Amino acid sequence: MSKEKIKISEALYDIMPSDYQDLVKSATYGKEDRGWKDIGSSKELIEQHSLCAGCPESMAFRYILASLPNPEDTVMVGSTGCTSLVFPMVAVHNIHSLFGNQNAIASGLKRALSVRFPGRTKDVVVLAGDGATVDIGLDMTLQAWFRQEKFTTICFDNELYANTGGQESGLMQKGFVAKMAPVGKLFDKVRLPEIARESGCHYVVNCTVSKPSLIEKVIRNAVHIAREIGPTYLQLYTPCILEIGKNSMEGLQEMRDSEKPTERFAYKEYVSEPAKQLLAELAAKDKEKKAAAKQLASQEA
Amino acid sequence: MSQYRVLPGPEHFLPPAAASMGIQLPNPGEAHINGVIVSEDKAYEEAAKQFLMAKVPTIFPGPLVLWAWNEKAAKKATAVRHLYNTLKECVQPGQTPMLIPMPDYRPKYPKINPEVEINPNHPNLTIWHNKIDCCMFIGVHCHQANLSLKIIRGGTSCYTIAMCAQAGHEDAMLSFRDASVEKIMKLAEWVKKLKGTVQPRLTSAKSGASN
Ligand SMILES: Cc1ncc(C[n+]2csc(CCOP(=O)(O)OP(=O)(O)O)c2C)c(N)n1
Ligand code: SF4
Ligand SMILES: [Mg+2]
Repeated sequence: MSKEKIKISEALYDIMPSDYQDLVKSATYGKEDRGWKDIGSSKELIEQHSLCAGCPESMAFRYILASLPNPEDTVMVGSTGCTSLVFPMVAVHNIHSLFGNQNAIASGLKRALSVRFPGRTKDVVVLAGDGATVDIGLDMTLQAWFRQEKFTTICFDNELYANTGGQESGLMQKGFVAKMAPVGKLFDKVRLPEIARESGCHYVVNCTVSKPSLIEKVIRNAVHIAREIGPTYLQLYTPCILEIGKNSMEGLQEMRDSEKPTERFAYKEYVSEPAKQLLAELAAKDKEKKAAAKQLASQEA
Repeated sequence: MSQYRVLPGPEHFLPPAAASMGIQLPNPGEAHINGVIVSEDKAYEEAAKQFLMAKVPTIFPGPLVLWAWNEKAAKKATAVRHLYNTLKECVQPGQTPMLIPMPDYRPKYPKINPEVEINPNHPNLTIWHNKIDCCMFIGVHCHQANLSLKIIRGGTSCYTIAMCAQAGHEDAMLSFRDASVEKIMKLAEWVKKLKGTVQPRLTSAKSGASN
């Protein structure tokens, strides 16, 4: 649905719950420079959620939803896990897929959207947990990248299966003991960012969600590159505070500690040559637009 | 012809899809009551009676009329409002008509506010909370309406009416088909026509939806 169609029938406006009225009145659908700074001054595309209090996944959701460049023409694909409990409260079209199938669903969806809406930008963004992306769904994840499917894959890496009580995942650290993995992990954290690069992703970032401005940047880059060139992958550390024994207030510090230069979530980025060129073109256009706006403002003054 | 009848519940936890019990949809110009095909006029009369009998007659407008995605949708919304206003004018003291929206189909966990909305994935919350004993769906996509109507039949004693824009709903106790502005207005006329001739269920022990 394009944003022009997001209107409430006048005769029934007063009975619409206020969250829908707010979405129509003050959400940032269609705003070109939307971003994390809109949080607080406009209606967010997420209502209440059912994550644990203080779960960093909720921050990640808010920053991502504020930063998607084209939310009214974006379809998100989720998978089972803590993230799937949030999607019913998200005001962006989304599909829940069978656990692990998210990248297969997204492949078909992206292709169908290009046939159904030729000439119109339609973004597809997968958002799933590490169990869905790296373990049970690894086949679908990799095959989509091999095929150069044009969508973004975001993995909320909390280093275990949180929603089912703490089982071992491929992205768990070596030696980690979880509630339902008492022996401790015997092998290393799977190096999915490197695998993503080797599998054909044009933009790969590994980071935490401690900084909203950084999330805005990587989301915009990932979506634009996927739109024009090919698959992109973001691995975001969203620690499961419940499973690592932290309090609600401690998620942010946990992320800050884990992104230090020697730690496993130190910022890591890979950009392919065609993607670098695209980002340079987009930056140049942006600069031009800002200069034109500045000139206009000075003429009007 | 099927012996199964689509009646107010509570039927049980998983009532069968009425279609699987042999209930058929009406042809153009017809409707069904309890799964039996009738003329459209008979259905207007029965729907108006059910509304006037109910303690809390309620209209549930769905996304296809709540959102002005084309001109026709906005006109239907105006007709729905007119029907609701007519109900308010025609009921007796003690009856409280309601107009509760179903803005979309997201399963909306952890909760909805049953006072201001209905969700097709757990419609009984709104029906129980407001003690709704007769309701009409309008502007709800077929698959969601069928799911919701079945849940209502399974867990409540609410009488369900579908004003369907397509071929009708087997899972409602009464269903129109090819809903239009004219049909909604005609139902409002029938409510007006029967005003004062129907005894409300106010004192009945079975009034209100059971849970
Ligand atoms: C096909 C299938 N297999 C297994 C499950 C059980 N299951 C539900 S959530 C989950 C773990 C999710 O882990 P992850 O993807 O890391 O997400 P998190 O909850 O950690 O955010 C599993 C195994 C399922 N729902 N469907
Ligand atoms: S179980 Fe962990 S990942 Fe899931 S909502 Fe709670 S804190 Fe977040
Ligand atoms: Mg996980």
